[in-house]
Amino acid sequence: MTLPDAPVPAVDVAGAPAAATAASRTGTVASLGLGIAAWGLLAITVGLGLGLPQTVEQGVYSRLIAVHPPVAWVAYVAVLVTAVASVVWLVPRTRSVTADLVAGASAEIGAVFCALMLATGSIWGRPTWGVWWVWDARLTTSALLLAVVLGYLAVRRIPDPHEVRARRSAWLALAAAVLVPVNHFAVEWWRTLHQGRSLAQLTPGDDLDGRFIGAMLLGFVAMTLVYLWLLWHRVRVERLALELEESDLETALIARRAEATSGAAG
Amino acid sequence: MWRDAVAVATKDLRIELRSRIATHQVLPFALVVLVLFGVALDPDRGVLTRAASGLYWLAVLLAVVLAAQRAAGIEASDGLADALRLSGLDPAGVFLGKAMAMAVELVMLEVLLGLGAVVLYGVDLAGVGTLAATAALATVGLAAAATVYGALVGGTRGRDTLLPLLFLPAAAPVLIAATRATDEALTGAVVGAGVGVGDWLSLLGVFALLYLAFGVLSYGPLLEDA
Repeated sequence: MTLPDAPVPAVDVAGAPAAATAASRTGTVASLGLGIAAWGLLAITVGLGLGLPQTVEQGVYSRLIAVHPPVAWVAYVAVLVTAVASVVWLVPRTRSVTADLVAGASAEIGAVFCALMLATGSIWGRPTWGVWWVWDARLTTSALLLAVVLGYLAVRRIPDPHEVRARRSAWLALAAAVLVPVNHFAVEWWRTLHQGRSLAQLTPGDDLDGRFIGAMLLGFVAMTLVYLWLLWHRVRVERLALELEESDLETALIARRAEATSGAAG
Repeated sequence: MWRDAVAVATKDLRIELRSRIATHQVLPFALVVLVLFGVALDPDRGVLTRAASGLYWLAVLLAVVLAAQRAAGIEASDGLADALRLSGLDPAGVFLGKAMAMAVELVMLEVLLGLGAVVLYGVDLAGVGTLAATAALATVGLAAAATVYGALVGGTRGRDTLLPLLFLPAAAPVLIAATRATDEALTGAVVGAGVGVGDWLSLLGVFALLYLAFGVLSYGPLLEDA
């Protein structure tokens, strides 16, 4: 509690923006390098992918192998990171604002990549299976996963003090994570009769194998880097938003106090 | 803990008994859903009878959403959440109590909906023991999960829309397992190769145990935020 006659800190309204500009330089050489590497590799992947030969069974669509598996990989990694970061937040000894921000940022990226995974999967599935969607165990799990991630993001949108939001969303992420094995078995058992892992039917000629696998592996690296780059900047922006929120209040308080003292003097 | 649980459960059930929202709104809603399914699907081709177990559990799930919103609403009104915290009751007990009250409501709901399915969908009851076991395990799981998510969205503004979004995908395993177990009990047909009633029941049991444990652990911290 500050007494009315306490010395007012000599910070004017410009103080807050100044702090924010300093913090906005959190984009470093490392993040720039990461960004260039990520998008560069992604461009090479796209180039390689478009250069892949057409297969007899799938025609041009077999080229999706450079896109779809890496996108799916990132979707699962992102969700896993959210779960881990939430647990890190829940353990009192490792609790930190960063853990919560990472969880939220990763979930956002996870939602985007999960949607991309379903979209590219559908685009691939249409010529391969003849339908946009099959009730296969993996597809069903993915659809449910997207729903759960969207629910998580909706909970994060509830306007609450940071600490409250962090606790709520961390527990929610944990609930979802605990459910993963149950979900897995439910869906797998449900579709046991159905299975002949449809994606495994992609069997390009032996001499082509190398190029397909090479493009796919490069895709994995590129997408992972893109994920890391997005995560880095999303966390950075969230942190700035938090700082701004706090400094806003601070600035307002200081301004009010200044008013009060000048009023008393006059 | 258990004494607290019984006290909270009694309180919740008494409120329901007096307000009659469960009997006058949730139950009729579930029956309306049953009728609407009948209208939407062609009753003449036996689709309804074949899909009966799935439709039944879907109706239950939708009704659980209403019941959970109602239960979370009770806590949010009149500063009840604060009162509960001040009462010195064990949070785990509060959770178990609320889940118990919800389970009691659900059992009543399921029995009535079951009658509805027999009458409206022409289901021949069979394998009553399996049906009872399925219903019991599914009820505990759904009640625990609904209470957990009710606490998670607590007194927040978007509660009514958030709860279904969180709860329904999470309850998908129950819908799958309960539907298959009910199907097998009614028809005797095994759906998946090598996956029998026992597997589905144990899946329901694991779901219920996980959510009970989760609720016991998380209810205290979550109540603080409400």
